[in-house]
Amino acid sequence: MEQYLTSHFGDTIWVHILMGVPPLVFILLYALVVIYLEMKMAAHMQDRLAYMRTGWHGLLQPIADMLKLLQKEDTIPAAADKFLFLLAPYVVFIGTYAAFAALPFGSAYIGSGINVGVFYILAISSLVVVGLLMAGWASNNKWSLFGALRSAAQIVSYEIPSALAILAVVMMAGTMNLQELSAMQTGGIGHWMILGGSLPLAKKLIAVPLMLILFLIYYVSSMAEVNRTPFDIPEAESELVQGYNTEYSGMKFAIFYLAEYANLFAVSAIVTVLFFGGWASPFASLMTGPWWSAFWFVTKGMFFVSLNIWLRWTLPRFRVDQLMYMSWKVLTPFALACVVGLGLLLVW
Amino acid sequence: MNPVAEYFGDIYRGLRTATIGMRITFKHLFTRAVTIQYPTVKMKLPERARNRLYVNMDDCIGCDQCAMACPVDCIQIETIKSTPEDNLGTTSTGQKKRLHVPVFDIDIAKCCYCGLCVYPCPTECIKMTDVYEFSEFDRHSLIYSFSTMTPAEIETAKMKAKKMEEEAAAKKAAAAAAAKAAAEAKAAAPAVPVPPAPPAAPQQQKPE
Repeated sequence: MEQYLTSHFGDTIWVHILMGVPPLVFILLYALVVIYLEMKMAAHMQDRLAYMRTGWHGLLQPIADMLKLLQKEDTIPAAADKFLFLLAPYVVFIGTYAAFAALPFGSAYIGSGINVGVFYILAISSLVVVGLLMAGWASNNKWSLFGALRSAAQIVSYEIPSALAILAVVMMAGTMNLQELSAMQTGGIGHWMILGGSLPLAKKLIAVPLMLILFLIYYVSSMAEVNRTPFDIPEAESELVQGYNTEYSGMKFAIFYLAEYANLFAVSAIVTVLFFGGWASPFASLMTGPWWSAFWFVTKGMFFVSLNIWLRWTLPRFRVDQLMYMSWKVLTPFALACVVGLGLLLVW
Repeated sequence: MNPVAEYFGDIYRGLRTATIGMRITFKHLFTRAVTIQYPTVKMKLPERARNRLYVNMDDCIGCDQCAMACPVDCIQIETIKSTPEDNLGTTSTGQKKRLHVPVFDIDIAKCCYCGLCVYPCPTECIKMTDVYEFSEFDRHSLIYSFSTMTPAEIETAKMKAKKMEEEAAAKKAAAAAAAKAAAEAKAAAPAVPVPPAPPAAPQQQKPE
């Protein structure tokens, strides 16, 4: 896509701006879908119906919600640090949106084909923590601050196992570019990283359980990084009102939510690229091509988003000490063991 | 317990219980929702549900028993006696109606839905319906007037009743006078005068 645009516009700033549009459009459309999906899944898991009044089975409810949020009064607490308070939602959203730059939406499109791909995503999504801390601090509200502190502690702890899991996959693939990583996994389901990638069969047998554990580790810690139940202690309603975004209203609140859902897709997309072939079709050469690859990428991403929603409405919230136990005493040692095991397997 | 076994056991249990929970929520994802789409679909009420009161004025004989039974005094009834030439008809239970009922107000905001007014009614004209959606913006709109009489009808009924009473009082006074005269005529010296009977006041409930 970048080549196509460059051939039309020359190497101007417009090319880069246009390259940034698809993820943004995708995030906005996806947010509408995922809000509906989440509410419907939550309701049906509890034998309820959720939205039924706006449109057929409440299909227009996300749009109605959006319009409502647009009209809401934008309040700023009198005692808030106004500058940081106003800045925080945008920092959070930028951190999330920037991560989309390195995600390969199909074989023909990637925002930025940088070689540090995953590393860049890990680094840039840490900006979200800064934004959350900003929001919590600037709100000048004890619950918000507690939420932000917990959020920061949680994200920082869970970045270690998730980074180790990514490291293991990168060791196997030999690249951090997500586009290349996806391209490596084309040619059927057997080439997906979760099934040992392109290793010879004998090595695959040992690699598969390791990859399965790594997938679980990455998936669990990515859930913690997006602050969703069972890892939602930063916004634990029953303890902290709403966490760092308690004092926000109207569009700023909406931006926090948008960032949360966008982040959810980003981590799900990373899971698909690292373990489930990215945009690669599961049927070897069947259903390939740029549009099909985009379809596979979004479908797989949405599958993991749904899985996340499913887990969210199944498991209760962790306690803070359990959260830390899980990260430092379970996920991190297992991830380390897997990295070492996989390393030995690769040099063997 | 061996700490190593405990550690791995915990991990195993964590994964196992998570999958059990996920299986349950997945099953519920496809079970039929219990939601009732309330304003469009309503739950069937129990047979003897007590909600808004209704009075069938065609059957009301103005006996005031419901107002007496009411523990919160939310029923207010006023009656006017009918004259012999008025024919108010009979109730559906065959009872003859003898009283006009110009006022039959129920303040449903006060009503406690106990249903105690329903049982004493001799003609079964006051009853609990299954209507429960009758909220109002003004509290005074919750005072329901059931009387079917127009102000003009009330006026004529009142006039007639008054006339009848006056006639009755005059008749009584005349009878008393006659009796007195007769007694005096008998010349029983310490005659005790018979006091005239006080005119019967129309049965009325004082407004609260």
